[in-house]
Amino acid sequence: MLNVGTVAPDFELNSTPDQKLSLSDLKGKKVILAFYPADFSPVCGDQMTLYNETLRFFKKHNAELLGISVDSKWCHLAFSQSRNFHFPLLSDFEPKGKISKMYGAYDEREGESQRALFVIDEEGIIRWSYLSPVGINPGADGILEALEKLDAIKTH
Amino acid sequence: MNTQLKPPVSAKDHIQGDPDAPIELLEYGDYQCPHCGRAYPIIKNIQKRMGKKLKFVFRNFPLTEIHPDAFNAAVAAEAAGEQDKFWEMHDIIFEHQRHLTTESILIYAQKAGLNMAEFSKDLQNDVFVNKVEDDIESGIRSGVNGTPSFYVNAKKYNGSWDEDDFVDFLNRLVVRI
Repeated sequence: MLNVGTVAPDFELNSTPDQKLSLSDLKGKKVILAFYPADFSPVCGDQMTLYNETLRFFKKHNAELLGISVDSKWCHLAFSQSRNFHFPLLSDFEPKGKISKMYGAYDEREGESQRALFVIDEEGIIRWSYLSPVGINPGADGILEALEKLDAIKTH
Repeated sequence: MNTQLKPPVSAKDHIQGDPDAPIELLEYGDYQCPHCGRAYPIIKNIQKRMGKKLKFVFRNFPLTEIHPDAFNAAVAAEAAGEQDKFWEMHDIIFEHQRHLTTESILIYAQKAGLNMAEFSKDLQNDVFVNKVEDDIESGIRSGVNGTPSFYVNAKKYNGSWDEDDFVDFLNRLVVRI
């Protein structure tokens, strides 16, 4: 996994079937990258459903959430509609897993992204990361604490 | 990833059973969540089997985007708490978790013997909305990662909540305490 303190590599991926999103589009905001193995699998469903509820807490810290997996844009669309998500799911589909690999969050054996979290600050630097065991939903507390720490540093 | 309950159980919480019980079982639950519905009778049986050794605490964690009636149901239970009928309402809601529209909630409130004028007013009261919001925030900070999430003596419990497994775990804990 990329280390804390490194510049988060830029990327451009489909966020809907006809729209692309770059990390650099979000400069000036904090970004939470949530790599996860697969749409519709039980744990990921829970994890993304949970983050959908915690968005309002993230937004208080000027943070945007991006979910990333190797699923196709059409699969993401169906997943997103079925759970009523209010954040983009990015499709790391072609070449498969390219961005996940760049961040060191790819499981070569399964051919899926790992369950990895990154918090990136307003300047595009990785400030926190966490690799979760694949079967365990890491919750949202680690992300929230990381965001709070970043804001605390700024005000002091 | 966090495993510690934050904040710990206090007078603000709804607590069922002996306050001095050695085991404190806390659930973060969503009234519209089918898994929580499945856990509901299991918890009842666990309470019966553990008797005075266990107290049970319930905090709200409604997943509003996938369960559109869950938040209002949570507020309704909190509002019933104002008339000391939290647990009556909690039970009746879980027993009818497929029917949680406002009309249904009012019928349950009547069945629970609530003063309906007071209850209808309290449903609009920010105090109870804020209580549910506070529960959600405490859940996030405590590392809730789905519903139901259980905490035993303020530590997240990730084991099986099959009745026998859970009772075995709790009984082993009693022996150690």
